[in-house]
Amino acid sequence: MSVTVSRAGFFAVLTVLFMATLIVLPFLGASTITPWDLLTSATDAIEREIVFSIRIPRVLVAMLCGAGLGLGGMSFQSMFRNPLATPFTLGVASGASLGAALYIQIGVVFAFAGISGVTLAAFAGALTSIAVVYGLTRLRQELSGNTMLLAGVALSFFFSSAIFFTQYLSDFTQSFRIMRWLMGGLEVHGFGTVLELFPIILGGLLVVLYLTHDLNALATGEEEAIGRGVNVARTRNLLFFSVSFMVAAVTATCGPIGFIGMMSPHICRLLIGANHRYLTPATALFGAIFLAWCDTLARTLIAPAEIPVGIFTALLGGPFFLWLLLSKNAGHRF
Amino acid sequence: MTTDAPLLKVTDLSFSIGEKQILHNVSFDIKTGEWVSIVGPNGAGKSTLLKCLMRILKMDAGDVRFLGKAISHLSQKALATRIAYVPQSTGVVSPFSVREHVTLARYAHLKPLCGPQKRDMEVVESCIAEAGLSQLAGRSVSSLSGGERQRVYLAAAFAQEAQLLLLDEPNTFLDPKCSFDVLQLLQNANKNRETAILSVTHDINAAAVCSDTMLALRGGEIMYYGEATSFVQDAILQKVYEAPFSFVRHPETGQKLTLPWRLS
Repeated sequence: MSVTVSRAGFFAVLTVLFMATLIVLPFLGASTITPWDLLTSATDAIEREIVFSIRIPRVLVAMLCGAGLGLGGMSFQSMFRNPLATPFTLGVASGASLGAALYIQIGVVFAFAGISGVTLAAFAGALTSIAVVYGLTRLRQELSGNTMLLAGVALSFFFSSAIFFTQYLSDFTQSFRIMRWLMGGLEVHGFGTVLELFPIILGGLLVVLYLTHDLNALATGEEEAIGRGVNVARTRNLLFFSVSFMVAAVTATCGPIGFIGMMSPHICRLLIGANHRYLTPATALFGAIFLAWCDTLARTLIAPAEIPVGIFTALLGGPFFLWLLLSKNAGHRF
Repeated sequence: MTTDAPLLKVTDLSFSIGEKQILHNVSFDIKTGEWVSIVGPNGAGKSTLLKCLMRILKMDAGDVRFLGKAISHLSQKALATRIAYVPQSTGVVSPFSVREHVTLARYAHLKPLCGPQKRDMEVVESCIAEAGLSQLAGRSVSSLSGGERQRVYLAAAFAQEAQLLLLDEPNTFLDPKCSFDVLQLLQNANKNRETAILSVTHDINAAAVCSDTMLALRGGEIMYYGEATSFVQDAILQKVYEAPFSFVRHPETGQKLTLPWRLS
């Protein structure tokens, strides 16, 4: 059998979960608010404020981020034919983290167009790492997959050390804020972040959907893809920049939640196979649902305190992924 | 049916990596329905030649024309509807099912954002059947044996509906039966659809039996270019491989073939 579960069944389950996520999650939290509470409460009641200004935007942001990270991981894994490749492997996350760490350490507070300084600094850091990886690869005249991956990994290590060094130079409060940022979080207020992320994620999704045939061809090998008629250099550049940009925006918003990007595509691939026509929407949906539920559990389980979502996604997803990996049928998929 | 203009005309193709010249002024033609085998020692530039023709590598100089049109003026997609390429097995295994793998070979015929059309699936199913893979169409490629995989890769190349197939060692690493199946499959495509074939091989006898024309390379230069049947001769093989050969005649066809060496 090439497919472990039927695609139609998997998509039916994903669709139901997607709707359930949208409908149920805004009512869950430190205090459970029922739809009845909303209907009966006064228009300026605190429950309304919590649901409409905090929880609904937060659920939507989590879904957008999860979808973006999943798509990013899927594209890079297929493009580089490497199960460990994600935009994070190529330094996007460490670039963003360094940007955020420097912003916190330097202590200048600014914001632009309603976007917080730390988000902007993280975004700038991520874009810098994208530019550096691309520039380093161009020096070698060719955009070879392994050169790019290794350049990204080397850059990640360099940035990680720079983050530690920044933390070392920081005072206790700054150091705590840096560490907290590195654990990831989805605190948002109002729909601003949703509106900023939506076009970016949608754009990324459209690019990936446009290139599903290319990704299928690339998944069988680079020379094979060229032989099928894929303009590999163009496809790779287009994917590299649009997907990196998307993941840079996500990381700047919610911190380095790397696990979703790595595992969502693998879990979907194990369940429905590698055909990107189906894998692309499945990964986006799965990532969206998974991050939204992780975030809700993270802010509910030990309420009123919150477990940082970055910790929670890996705690929950790691064992699930290992179970799938070790189950029968999984071996020949990697 | 042989048209006047050759299907593929290669003139003075050269390619080098740094200072090292890999191919030097290689010129030859392939006619519609012709099977040309490229032989020669390891490192002679055989695979490089195929990669230059598929534009995986960019040739330094030379002119390659497909039915009179320079391939440098074609998009990669347009090239893939004319020429299909099956690389040497590299150990990279397709993550798809047989049917999916053959379908994705229709890349040059597919439109972005659309699935394969009815005509695409008809071609895919007929190529799967032609390669004797109907029973295996739902299996994942990675679960197949080497011989079955090679037939999947050929079915995928057929699905491109190209007039010329470039094959890099199509029957290497296969047992005698699988090797026979693959060559038979190629010969059927060659005879029934007049698909031209340019195949790299180390199997001199198979090349002598299957192909019309032999092209021998050594150090990036052509050592022999002519009829396959007259290739198997002591003087020519000595020149190409710099090694002694012994010969025998096929008991039924009388064709001259090489024998394995006796080790001292």
